[in-house]
Amino acid sequence: MTGQANAGRPNQLLRNLNSKIASIPMILTAVVIFLGGTLWTVFYSFTNSKLLPRLNFVGLDQYERLWDAPRWVISIQNLAVYGFFSLIFSLVIGFVLAAMMDQKIRFENAFRTIFLYPFALSFIVTGLVWQWILNPEFGVQSVVRSLGWTSFSFDPLYTPSIVIYGILIAALWQGTGLVMCLMLAGLRGIDEDIWKAARVDGIPMWRTYVQIIIPMMRPVFITTLVIIASGIVRVYDLVVAQTSGGPGIASEVPAKYVYDYMFQAQNLGQGFAASTMMLITVAIIIVPWAYLEFGGRKRG
Amino acid sequence: MKLRILAAVLAAGVSFSFGPASAAELEVTHWWTSGGEAAAVAELAKAFDATGNKWIDGAIAGSGGTARPIMVSRITGGDPMGATQFNHGRQAEELAQSGLMRDLTDVATRENWKDIIKPSSLLDSCTIDGKIYCAPVNIHSWQWLWLSNAAFKTAGVDVPKNWDEFVAAAPALEKAGIIPLAVGGQPWQSAGAFDVLMVAIAGKDVFNKVFGDKDEAVAAGPEIAKVFGAADDARKMAKGSNVQDWNQATNLVITGKAGGQIMGDWAQGEFQLAGQTAGTDYTCLPGLGVNEIISTGGDAFYFPLLKDEEKSKAQEVLASTLINPTTQVAFNLKKGSLPVRGDVDLAAANDCMKKGLDILAKGNVIQGTDQLLSADSQKQKEDLFSEFFASAMTPEEAQKRFADIIASAD
Repeated sequence: MTGQANAGRPNQLLRNLNSKIASIPMILTAVVIFLGGTLWTVFYSFTNSKLLPRLNFVGLDQYERLWDAPRWVISIQNLAVYGFFSLIFSLVIGFVLAAMMDQKIRFENAFRTIFLYPFALSFIVTGLVWQWILNPEFGVQSVVRSLGWTSFSFDPLYTPSIVIYGILIAALWQGTGLVMCLMLAGLRGIDEDIWKAARVDGIPMWRTYVQIIIPMMRPVFITTLVIIASGIVRVYDLVVAQTSGGPGIASEVPAKYVYDYMFQAQNLGQGFAASTMMLITVAIIIVPWAYLEFGGRKRG
Repeated sequence: MKLRILAAVLAAGVSFSFGPASAAELEVTHWWTSGGEAAAVAELAKAFDATGNKWIDGAIAGSGGTARPIMVSRITGGDPMGATQFNHGRQAEELAQSGLMRDLTDVATRENWKDIIKPSSLLDSCTIDGKIYCAPVNIHSWQWLWLSNAAFKTAGVDVPKNWDEFVAAAPALEKAGIIPLAVGGQPWQSAGAFDVLMVAIAGKDVFNKVFGDKDEAVAAGPEIAKVFGAADDARKMAKGSNVQDWNQATNLVITGKAGGQIMGDWAQGEFQLAGQTAGTDYTCLPGLGVNEIISTGGDAFYFPLLKDEEKSKAQEVLASTLINPTTQVAFNLKKGSLPVRGDVDLAAANDCMKKGLDILAKGNVIQGTDQLLSADSQKQKEDLFSEFFASAMTPEEAQKRFADIIASAD
């Protein structure tokens, strides 16, 4: 036994040696840049670094200031609202579109291209386009008014209480196409026989979707969830292009706070503290999920 | 902008291969992109090109808030430009302290900047640990109210002579479908407007106590409460000016869609470009017509430390070109700003600039908030005032938060 193990170990290490050597750069990148950069950021968030990093520890001061800042609190609230609705709507709309595409309709390719097309645009372009569409003087409001409904008012981007929904609309327009494609791929992966069996048993179509197809598409849903969630946390360019955080600070988001304080306010410590809080938020979501997902698989 | 940089890079590449030894090319970054500003910066480029060197224009669109981070990260990231604009004050303080910027003391002593540059606070702002790090190019003051004569004619009221008359005329303007006060959505505009109201209503001493000494008690006191009352008026008058950039807001005044705008004298370049004349088409009230005091902020050029010797030499040439009397006149006339030296002849200046020169000569000046506060405190102030102007926050609550910012300011 021991002899075998001894003989086996070097083999394990040397197996696929080429591919291991080839992946060294990526491993180094991951460890040095991602992990190292993260630790460095967290470390310096306890200092009072201004324009340039310096080692002058101030304990939790930066965090106290952060949570006292009304702008940060508003940013977090906006992210929560945006995240909640963006997650639900992009999954629901994406899935419904995909299910409709899956009905063997004509011109499926054309429709798929149309729905996916917005995804080819950057958030900056999306933001500018929707800034125009939602502008009260040129966009939807003025078009409807010119049709005769003169009292019609739809002005989300200049109304602080609903501005975040104006951004949500743009994000959904841009992102649902991709969700639809992922879902469609998942639906195409379902064996035709399952549909036949369900039909033989007389199960209505909506129940087949809800109780059979969706549970079978779990991996696709998880992939989609991760893609949507990471998009939510890092939302920045869309806000900058559409409202630049306005009116006032009503549509601020955490990533913008980080950027503004690191570079405009020349206060690295404050920016690092904010980005550490963002990291913690992500960790709170990811860790339980990863535990369930990967911990479960080992047992199974 | 990208195209321009690309063109600059290509041009740099081409001329390096033929380049004569004497001339050097300097990339100069700045955020002067509105019509009037671009016309002014072209004058600087022309003057520098005349010395046999070459000005490579690196304009960054989107105002200082966007441009400064790009400039700073280029300097700290080891890709310095030849020269770069910053505002007078503390924006480049740490860059100089950490040895990334070039010491200009030699040029300054050789050309006697100490005696030439007026007011001396400009050079003080460039001086860090006894060394001079920047060349001031202009004086910009914030304390101006720009009024559209046409708008008041439409509303059937006289053009106001001070802030109170303006507030009183607001209902008439609104009735005529005119926005009384144009305020753009960029945060620095509402913060700046508040500073202007403070000087006009509470006076120079209070201003200095709050921003100079960071006196929290004064910031929470009755004088500043009055200023917040005026800011509340301004907020109501600004309802409906749905624009972002300052020059779009100025354009509302130029086209008579808005009654007025509180904006620095850089707005003048826009009026000029639109072919309007001070006095007949528009009216300017320094210190809002209440307290004729102007701040002496403005722009200065900083020079990152470069290894290339030729370029370093060209930096010296550029620095002295910027201070040169001819350049000063040509540039400032286009820009609508005041020259940094008292000994130049600005006969061609228009009425508004002459008013400014007069106040400057009388010495009714204060330092700009960029000189008094760190970028960090300025940003907190911007956050507060952009929220205040866009929401229903009470003046009392805003004052409390303002006092907190002053208490922790550096």
